Parts: sequence; C-alpha cells; structure tokens
Amino acid sequence: MATNPRQSAVDPPSDDKRWRIVQAAMRRNGFRRDALIETLHAVQESFGYLDEESLRYVARSLRAPMSHVYGVSTFYHFFSLKPAGEHTCVVCTGTACYIKGAPGLLDAVGKEFHIGDGETTEDGKVSLLTARCLGSCGLAPAAVFDGQVAGKVNREAVVERLHAWQNGPAAVKASPESSPESEGSAVYA
Amino acid sequence: MREKLAEIKAIEEDAKAQYTHTVNVCTAAGCLSSGAAQVKEALGKEVERSGLERWCQVKGVGCLGLCTAGPLVEVESQSAMYGHVTVEDTPAIVGGLNTKPVERLRVPTGTPFFLRQNRIVLENSGRIDPERIEEYIAAGGYSGLVTALTEMTPAQVIDEVTASGLRGRGGGGYPTGLKWTTVAKAPGPDKYVICNADEGDPGAFMDRSVLESDPHRVIEGMILAGYAVGASQGYVYVRAEYPLAIEHLKKAISQARRMGLLGRSVAETTFGFNIDIRLGAGAFVCGEETALIASIEGKRGQPRPRPPYPAEYGLWGKPTLINNVESFANIPPIIRNGGEWYASLGTEKSKGTKVFALAGAITNTGIIEVPMGTSLQEIVYEIGGGVPGGGRCKAVQTGGPSGGCIPDAYLDNPVDYDSLRSLGSIMGSGGMIVMDDSSCMVDVAKYFMEFCMTESCGKCVPCRVGTVQMYRLLDKISTGRATLEDLALLENLCDMVQNTSLCGLGQTAPNPVVSTLRYFRDEYIAHIEEKRCPAGVCKIHSSVAQTDSPSYAVAEVAQ
Amino acid sequence: MNRGQVRIVTLKIDGKDVGARENETILEVARENGFDIPTLCHMEGLSDIGACRLCLVEVKGSNKLLTACVTTVQEGMEVTTHSPRLDSYRRMTVEMLFSERNHVCAVCVSNGHCDLQNLAVDVGLTHITVPYLYPKVSIDASHERFVLDHNRCVLCTRCVRVCDEIEGAHTWDLMGRGVKTRVITDLAEAWGDSESCTSCGKCVQVCPTGALFEKGKSVAEMTKRRTFLPYLTSMRNGDE
Ligand SMILES: Cc1cc2nc3c(=O)[nH]c(=O)nc-3n(C[C@H](O)[C@H](O)[C@H](O)COP(=O)(O)O)c2cc1C
Ligand code: SF4
Ligand code: SF4
Ligand code: SF4
Ligand code: SF4
Ligand code: FES
Ligand code: FES
Ligand code: FES
Repeated sequence: MATNPRQSAVDPPSDDKRWRIVQAAMRRNGFRRDALIETLHAVQESFGYLDEESLRYVARSLRAPMSHVYGVSTFYHFFSLKPAGEHTCVVCTGTACYIKGAPGLLDAVGKEFHIGDGETTEDGKVSLLTARCLGSCGLAPAAVFDGQVAGKVNREAVVERLHAWQNGPAAVKASPESSPESEGSAVYA
Repeated sequence: MREKLAEIKAIEEDAKAQYTHTVNVCTAAGCLSSGAAQVKEALGKEVERSGLERWCQVKGVGCLGLCTAGPLVEVESQSAMYGHVTVEDTPAIVGGLNTKPVERLRVPTGTPFFLRQNRIVLENSGRIDPERIEEYIAAGGYSGLVTALTEMTPAQVIDEVTASGLRGRGGGGYPTGLKWTTVAKAPGPDKYVICNADEGDPGAFMDRSVLESDPHRVIEGMILAGYAVGASQGYVYVRAEYPLAIEHLKKAISQARRMGLLGRSVAETTFGFNIDIRLGAGAFVCGEETALIASIEGKRGQPRPRPPYPAEYGLWGKPTLINNVESFANIPPIIRNGGEWYASLGTEKSKGTKVFALAGAITNTGIIEVPMGTSLQEIVYEIGGGVPGGGRCKAVQTGGPSGGCIPDAYLDNPVDYDSLRSLGSIMGSGGMIVMDDSSCMVDVAKYFMEFCMTESCGKCVPCRVGTVQMYRLLDKISTGRATLEDLALLENLCDMVQNTSLCGLGQTAPNPVVSTLRYFRDEYIAHIEEKRCPAGVCKIHSSVAQTDSPSYAVAEVAQ
Repeated sequence: MNRGQVRIVTLKIDGKDVGARENETILEVARENGFDIPTLCHMEGLSDIGACRLCLVEVKGSNKLLTACVTTVQEGMEVTTHSPRLDSYRRMTVEMLFSERNHVCAVCVSNGHCDLQNLAVDVGLTHITVPYLYPKVSIDASHERFVLDHNRCVLCTRCVRVCDEIEGAHTWDLMGRGVKTRVITDLAEAWGDSESCTSCGKCVQVCPTGALFEKGKSVAEMTKRRTFLPYLTSMRNGDE
C-alpha cells in the first residue's frame, strides 16, 4: 500500500479548474494505482465524459499502463468515452420496470427521436441511456430526466419531456415538475 | 462513552417532548421521485404560516415501506399515514393537526401490510431522521457496540453471531458466524471488512432502502465485525446509481467519526476502525466478491477462481470479510439482544427475518420485512395485497437473474433458503417480482438472459459465449423460429454453463430458463410448435426464413 | 517462497497413485505423470487465471468441477481427468470458441499448428452444432512486424500476461466486457503507434491461434517458439 504519497509529477492537460478536482481525488489516494476508478469518477463528474486526453493524463499521473486505464474505463458502464447530449434521459430497464412497460418507453423514444440506448439526437440535445434498476421499482416504470428520478412514467410523458428539451429552454422551464434543486438527483452523464 | 450516549438520548427525548406533533415525511428515493422534497418544504412553510413551529416539527425520515403510495407523510400523534400527498394537500394536513386527520388522504394502517411485518433491520426506517446520528443513538443505536467493546471479547461477539444463526443476506446464505470465525483465525495484522452494497439485481432495492433510511446501523455492524475479526479498515462498496444512499452514508460516517465511534480509538477504547466508501461504476458482476475486490483495487471487475476465498486472501491479498448490507444491519440488534433472541425467529435452518422488495404486478409495491418461513402466499396476497384489480398471480420471481419463477400453485411454500432452492429458485438478495397473466415466461427468461449476457465480464468461455448462444436460442423461440432441437440444445447449454462457468454469474445465469422450463414448458412448446405466444407478449414472425450469412472479411491480411 | 520444507502428498489421478509436492497444481502433477488435460489459457511461465475452463476435472467430494491449472493438490485427493461428462463439456467449450469469432482454417496462417485446432482434435470435435456468431471484427496490421487479427482471437489473455509479466511493457489489455471484449494495445490505438511496445515479439510467440502473427512468414514458418518462457520466469524469480 501507500508508501510516500507522492505529488503528481504530471501537469494537467490545461489550466481548466476542473482538473483540480481530479487531482484532489488522486492525491486523496496517494496517487496509487488503485485510485483509478475513483479518479475516473472524478473526471466523468467534472467533464461529463472521459476523453483521450484525460485518460492519458490519469494514466501518467497514476503511473498506470495506458491499456489498463482504457480497459477499466470500458469495463464499467458508468463511464462514457463520448460526450453526452445537452439533456439526458435514462430509462430504467430493471425487471420491475421491464414488466411494467420499459420496452414501450424505449420504443416510443426510438420511434419519435430515432435514438437508441447510448445514442444522442442529431442536434446534440438529447441522449438516451438505460440503467438496470434505479431502486425505485415501487414506482415502475421509472426514468431519470436530467438527474431527476420520475416514477410511473408513460410513453406520452417521455415523448413530451424530450420534445420540450429539443424545443429549447423556455419550454423546459414551463414544465411543472422540473425543479432545479433535486435532492435525489442522480449523476448520470 | 455509555454516559455520552445516554446523555444524547435524553436530550433527544426532551427535544421531541417539546413538540405536540411530529410530521414525518418520507424522503427516501422512492418518495423523492414523486415529489416528497417539495411536500416537505411546503409542510414546513405551512407550519410556520399557521404559527405552529413551537408545537410541530416536520422531519425527513427514511422509507416507510409502502413506496407505491408516495409521497408518504405520517403524523405520529394522530397515528395517521397519508399517501400520494401533494403540495396542495399540505394546508389540510397542518390544519388537521389540532382537530382531526384528513380522511381523504389516509392510507389504512390496520392492514396486513403493516400488521404482519416484523421489523428488525427496518426498526428505524421511517421513524428516525437518517441524517442525524443523535436519532439513531436515541433509538438505542451504538449501545451494542459500546457493550461489545467494553464487556465482550472478539470471540464472544462472534459467538453471539454464530448463536443467532444469521446467514448471509447477499444471496448465498453462508453462515455469517462461520465466515467471521474464518477471518478472525486468519493470520496477519492487516485485515479488511467490506460491506457489499452493490445491489445489482435489477428489481431489488432493499439495501438501498436500508442505507438511505438507517445508515448508522450498517456502520455499527461493520465496526462490530472489525472488532470481532481484528480488522481496522472497512470499505463500503456502493453502486454509483444510488446517489442518495451514498450521501447519507457519507454523512453518517463523518458523524460517527466526530462522535468518536470511528477512528483511531473507537468509543474511547484501544480498538481503532475506519470506514471509506468506494463507488461502483455500473457492473453487476462486481457484486461477486472477488470481482468487487478487484474493483476496489482499481481494476476491471473480473472474478477469479476460489479458493483461495477472500477470508484468507482478499483485498490486497489480506484476509477480508465481505458481507451484505442487510447482514451487517442485523448485527447491532443481535449484539444488543443476544444471538438466542434472534435465533428464536424464523425457521430451523433460516433464522431471523428477511427484507423483501415487492414489485411488479402487486398492489403494495414497496419494502417489507417478515420472519423467515412466512409463506409466499401470505407475502403476495395478504401483505402485498395481491394483483391489482384482483387478477391472478401467475408466478413470483425471486433471486433476480440468478433465481427462478415460482408458479402460483407453489406459493404455499415458506420462504427460506432451502425451500426456495428446492423449488428451483433462490432467496437471492430479496427482490420479489410478481407476474400476472400478462407476462410471458419465455420473454421473462429471455429478459434475464439478455441481462446476464450484457453483464458477463467476458473472462470465461462458457459464460461469455454461452450466454449469447442461449440468448439467441431464446430469441429464436420467442419469435417462433425455433425447433424442438433448438430447445434441446438450449437445455444442453444450460447444463454446461451452470457447471463450467467460473463465477456465480455464469453458474446461475441459466436458472431463469431452467425454472421456467420446469413449470411453464407448455409456453415454450406453444412458441415452438404452434408459433403462438400464449400471453400475447412475443412478436411472432410469420415468415420464418432466416439464414445466417457470414459477414466477415478474411481478406485484407496485409502484406 | 516455500523454500526448504515442501511436504510431499499422495493423491490419485484417474485411479493411479501419484506423489506430488504440496504446492503443485493438479495440472502440473497430472502432466508430470503423463496424464493429459486440455488447456488453453494456461501457459507455463505465466500466471494462471482459470478462464478457459477446459482443464476442469472432477475431484471426489467436491460437488463442483475444479480447474486443474489453479487448484493445488491435497493429500488423498481423487482426481478424474476424463469422463463422459467432462469430455462433453470440453467439446462444447471448444465449440463455443469456434462459434465466437471467425475461424476459417483454410486461409489462416496458423493452419496446422494452431492450439485451437489441436484442441478440437483432442476433444473429438467433429462438427459445430451451435450457430456461428459472425462478429464483424477488424485486423490491425499497423505494426511493422506483427499483425493482430481479431477474427482468430480466443481472449485467452496470454499476450496480455506475457507482455506484462515477462516483458514488463503492459502494452496489451482487454477492453469492453462480455462477448464484446477485445484485446487492445495502449489506448485501443493502432499497434504500430504504440509507445509502450518494444517489438519483442513475445506476445506473438505465446498466442495460441492465428490472432497474432509475424508479417511475411508463410504458414509453414509460423510455428511458434515458446520454450523461452519457463526459462525467463525462473531467471526472474531466481529459482534453482
Ligand atoms: C454475479 C453476482 C452478483 C452478486 N451481487 C451481490 C450484491 O449485489 N450484493 C451482495 O450483497 N451480494 C452479491 N453477491 C454475493 C456476494 O458474492 C457475496 O456472497 C456476499 O456479498 C456475501 O455476503 P453475505 O454472506 O452477507 O451474503 C453476488 C454474487 C454474484 C455471483
Ligand atoms: S461466469 Fe461470466 S461473469 Fe463470471 S467470470 Fe465467467 S464470464 Fe465473468
Ligand atoms: S486460429 Fe486456428 S482454428 Fe482459428 S482459423 Fe486459424 S487455424 Fe483455424
Ligand atoms: S511485442 Fe513485446 S512489447 Fe510489444 S506487445 Fe508484444 S509482448 Fe508486448
Ligand atoms: S491475441 Fe492471441 S494471445 Fe492474445 S488473447 Fe487473443 S488469442 Fe490469446
Ligand atoms: S427495476 Fe426500474 S427502478 Fe428497479
Ligand atoms: S421511499 Fe417513501 S415509502 Fe419507500
Ligand atoms: S487452462 Fe485451466 S482454465 Fe484455462
């Protein structure tokens, strides 16, 4: 385990302040290689996704082989190597949601917006993701709209919400349920 | 320390006695997703507006269990529980405080859902504010820990756990006392305690609920485990998909630290213990203990063959105790009340209670805790309120992707480890999904196989390729393109994958297929021979011509 | 590690009494005594991972099959290396491997000296009963001397291990998971652009199939040399 917590010998790719968060995550773990997942979480949370530059930076800082870093980043579904759309909609495809109609939700989004799991609309506005159980099975089918979990959603509601996103911020603000400070917000990116 | 806890308890009770009314608002994730935060805020404002602040407190509590009726609000003084509460309802609720409860919002609490439960793990859920350690202490929390550290040897702590008969709640049902003994006996000064909060079974949310509603109980259980096995560092490996649970856990750990219950000297003794959180990143297989360890070490979450078991060779090669959230949550009451008390509950081989997450085609979706040995019948029809609209329950799925479907006719069986196994399913972690006639069993089997296929880590051949082959066969069956030979091949593959896969994921991946074939073979046959889906779920292709054609390029092997 | 006192244990393999050092694996003891157990991910000189599942054996008293390459022997153990059940599982496992990628032996550089082909013969596989998955995968010929052909890869990770454990370069690793797992070099970049690869060629030598091969070699010349490995590891560990 940790001997001397060493300083990062590597300078961040830019002077973007968000790198400090990433550095802090590595420092907290003494720049040990086992801090890799923690560090990737920090990158994803700060930048929304993991690009090549950040992977190289993390690998050098933790003195981990590039291929190891890439292997870990692609093993876990939570990490994304592509930037997400402006808004994200996560449809739960856990068992409870599945039998209560999640496939219909995905189908509706697919038909209306021509995107599947992990895809973003051409205008870059909306990304569709799926998750296996959000723990809100009591309210199946569940979905997360920009971090806010919603229960008992139906096809119409999903389509309406996504249309509102596509049609600009004004329409989104008008939507009654979207409160900016959501306590239980999920950090899907 | 004991005095300090007593003092906190007294202060808490005094403070509570100041108020005539306590309005509990469930602010666990289920209710939050239907607007509980706004309701809580509105209630607070309404209390202020009515000038009742000195008599009435509005408190956020953990899950009350009946998540389907969320947001839930409970007024203790009036023994009234309100469901589906909206911001508009709040004036009526506050207005009714000094007169009578608002009948139109009430959720009846004299029902089997509330009466038949026996809450041990959930004793504080929905009662205390999970973000305040003082409330946990006032409810008797950490007193077991102090007793253990000051009056019991580690061996005595293990003896109590062994006497309780507690078996692991993470699915395997391995005797907890035995596991603790092995880790305690393992040589070396560095040992670890890990709490498995990866809860990957898609349709189970017990562990999430416990962590959100009563995180200190898990921490207390882990500290007790650390003392018993001789570890000084603990980790909670929790799914990143559970932000609220993570937040509550973080808060709880720092509160416990400040209170002197975690750190170099736990409760003013020479025993030191620390807990850190490690986040999962969306991989079901990381619930498997060796994969979980790899993940904490910053690697791809791929399992490795056992033995050696983590108890001898775990995190960073050191002896490691891994238990599930619910297993740890059972420890404080066992130490407080004695192992014998716990062993008096449940059945001969499955002691105590079990928390289940009810979901699917059932009226009362939510979280329940019942003694082991309760019949499935009672859980589904009485506690769960049966299928909405009085429909027929076709089957109950337990154990998630590793489990099976138990048909209606077998629901008089008790839930315990052995009886569920004999029915071709498993206890699993406690997800229970009720299916009615609108579910097709082939489709359900295909759903779980798809899950296992995408969650397979890819390390071993039988699971990596076998799950894909089985999925394709199930797809073929569900779309009416399969023959009886395909079915035979499917059964062969099930047997092979079960017996040759490296870890539990592959070894149990065929279970949903095997169990639906056991009880619902006729549905498979209907898809194959009659090209018909009895439940009307599967889309049967009318034209069946489908030839796979090679699409690879062997050509450009350069130079 | 266990220098000095290594206890000797006796066990039965396929009914025959054999003696072994207590830290040996079932596979080592079986091979020393002339029993044949099929393997694929195992490679002498590299760490064992128990991934291909071909070396599964029956051990009396254990209700689970155990992988011979990672299970150490125990006093009184009774091992069965071949049974109708084991043979059938092994056949199906090899079938799985053939169906997973695109194996067309007739046009493959490894034809005739391929571990996968040999396995098929050993387990008596005459035809494949499961459908081929036909994944669309690529070929990386960017390295000046070597080629990676995903069509033939069985994901045994021998290349990953030799490059990490022996060469110390850790150029290889795996990306993705499940059936979508692929071997990669560095950040899944072209092998030819790899900063870490020393072009030592060890990965090519240990690859059991035609997934890694040397450019410009005819089929007959593509026989792989692997004898260097045990030698290198024992040098490194300072044994003997
Ligand atoms: C594929 C797979 C997934 C698992 N997921 C979980 C999980 O999410 N939570 C859990 O507690 N145990 C899970 N387990 C079981 C653990 O490996 C381990 O047995 C358990 O955490 C031990 O704790 P217990 O003895 O308290 O049950 C899983 C096992 C397998 C094979
Ligand atoms: S059984 Fe599946 S999940 Fe487990 S090691 Fe094998 S491939 Fe990975
Ligand atoms: S790798 Fe082996 S089995 Fe595959 S095509 Fe080449 S010779 Fe045939
Ligand atoms: S040639 Fe040597 S250094 Fe390069 S990838 Fe192969 S084993 Fe590694
Ligand atoms: S490239 Fe060769 S050595 Fe590497 S994993 Fe594939 S088959 Fe094995
Ligand atoms: S299955 Fe969708 S929230 Fe659990
Ligand atoms: S989340 Fe509120 S009752 Fe369960
Ligand atoms: S050789 Fe033992 S599992 Fe591959």
